[in-house]
Amino acid sequence: MTATARDMQDLYRELVLDHSRNPRHFGRLEDATHTADGINPLCGDKLRLYLRVDDAGNIESSSFEGSGCAISVASASLLTDAVTGLPVEQARRCCATVAERLAGDESAELASNLEKLRALDGVRQYPSRIKCATLAWHALRSALNHDAVPATTE
Amino acid sequence: MGAPVRTIAAADWRADFPALNQSVHGQPLVYLDSAASAQQPGAVIDAVARYQREDHANVHRGVHTLSQRATEAYEGARDKVREFINAGSRTEVVLTSGTTEAINLVAQSFCRPRLAPGDKILITHLEHHANIVPWQLVCEQTGAELVVAPINDKGEVELDRMLELIDDKVFLIGIAHVANALGTVCPLDEVIEQARQRGIPVLVDGAQGVPHLDVDVQALGCDFYAFSGHKMFGPTGTGVLYGREELLESMPPWQGGGDMILEVSFEKTIYNELPYKFEAGTPNISGVVGLGAAIDYLQAIGMANIASYEQELHDYMVAELQKVEGIRLIGEARHKASAQSFLLDDIHSHDLGTILDHQGVAIRTGHHCAMPLMQRFGLSGTARASLAFYNNRDDVDRLVAALGKAKEIFA
Repeated sequence: MTATARDMQDLYRELVLDHSRNPRHFGRLEDATHTADGINPLCGDKLRLYLRVDDAGNIESSSFEGSGCAISVASASLLTDAVTGLPVEQARRCCATVAERLAGDESAELASNLEKLRALDGVRQYPSRIKCATLAWHALRSALNHDAVPATTE
Repeated sequence: MGAPVRTIAAADWRADFPALNQSVHGQPLVYLDSAASAQQPGAVIDAVARYQREDHANVHRGVHTLSQRATEAYEGARDKVREFINAGSRTEVVLTSGTTEAINLVAQSFCRPRLAPGDKILITHLEHHANIVPWQLVCEQTGAELVVAPINDKGEVELDRMLELIDDKVFLIGIAHVANALGTVCPLDEVIEQARQRGIPVLVDGAQGVPHLDVDVQALGCDFYAFSGHKMFGPTGTGVLYGREELLESMPPWQGGGDMILEVSFEKTIYNELPYKFEAGTPNISGVVGLGAAIDYLQAIGMANIASYEQELHDYMVAELQKVEGIRLIGEARHKASAQSFLLDDIHSHDLGTILDHQGVAIRTGHHCAMPLMQRFGLSGTARASLAFYNNRDDVDRLVAALGKAKEIFA
């Protein structure tokens, strides 16, 4: 295998391709309590994240819709898998951990629910693509904060 | 222009561009992003360095030797621009930071003082944001209306519809020479002819025209023609606004400061004559020197030679891309120059861009600063390969091979 093919497989790992082709929890969530848009103005990636938070403060369900590259869609899909069932406060901490890890901070330990996000580690070598991977997580933070303006990567 | 038409291998020219002689991710670079910014020949790089090493001082001010040399180099470049685009006079050549500043200058200095509610600015659906947003701003400021001429599915201006839109309420027409995202060559002759009959000024966004076509502003008959140095193998931060003298004379200054004045007192300032009235502050002297060197370089090859070589290469690129299974060409105008936009299967353009980069192939991906155009086609973006005369058939073959790899990864 050439170095190019190896590098590309590190970025486009099977799990990433799977989640981009078959995104989980894709679509509108009718009775969402929290929603936020994420926009990557340079790329044109756009997504809307929906959360339903119950009275006890747990994320009962989540979904997203929109369009973007394989990395941004896979990241959003993995996000919905990871945060469904989490208490809001824990989801907030996830945003920070994932952002740190994607920015290259190896010490940002991933809790077991975030284990699959290791599949996105490949983007660290591609500075221009890191924001594709972080877009959904910016939107999650905005949704939890009830921000009125869309989250952007800029 | 000058040089006789001859058949030349692109390899002759390619060697003049140091940046092209490198490997990216272990593969020889294939640079297909000249529409975003073109590479510079050694002659330009050396001219800028020589100026910085030997001649630099401020222009138009000093009596000392270096200042005179700097002024001669800077004004010499203006003369080269005049000749290159065949402007009638050097007073019609305003040096700017780029196409964007040139268009904003016209919007704010020519249009803003004269526009009234009910007036219209007419553009096309193909335009770059730089030929949309300055008009939106001046429309907001004056109550004028921005009107957009439609395009067809091939990415051509619907000429009949556009000509119908040219009525007496149109104050100015802004139109690309060559559309940056799709490579469409716009029907300038017909639009300008119709506009002239009604006395409506036309601004041509020539950012993608000047690097690929033999431009003669007097033959075109346009009133303003804007372009950038860095897309024509010169330095970034340089550009030109050509304007008909009569119109430039009638316009107030765009920015105030040094160099654009004859006399200043706190009661009254007398503005400098053309073109200095529009060049406030110390200009990008070294960049303009480089722009002059780029023009010398292009003139030696001859723009007619460049245009015919590129046309043949563009046709080859289109034919080869069409053979790729799953490709969808965006922009199939009859007259095109340099750029071809496309999509491959359902691979997002950014993924395509990354995968191609890993094979040493540089293309542009995304909306190409033409979001309304992308919306017209229901797309968030495309991949775009754009050619310059330093590209060759091998580059096209490498592009096609790289697309094959992308298909494997996303199979």
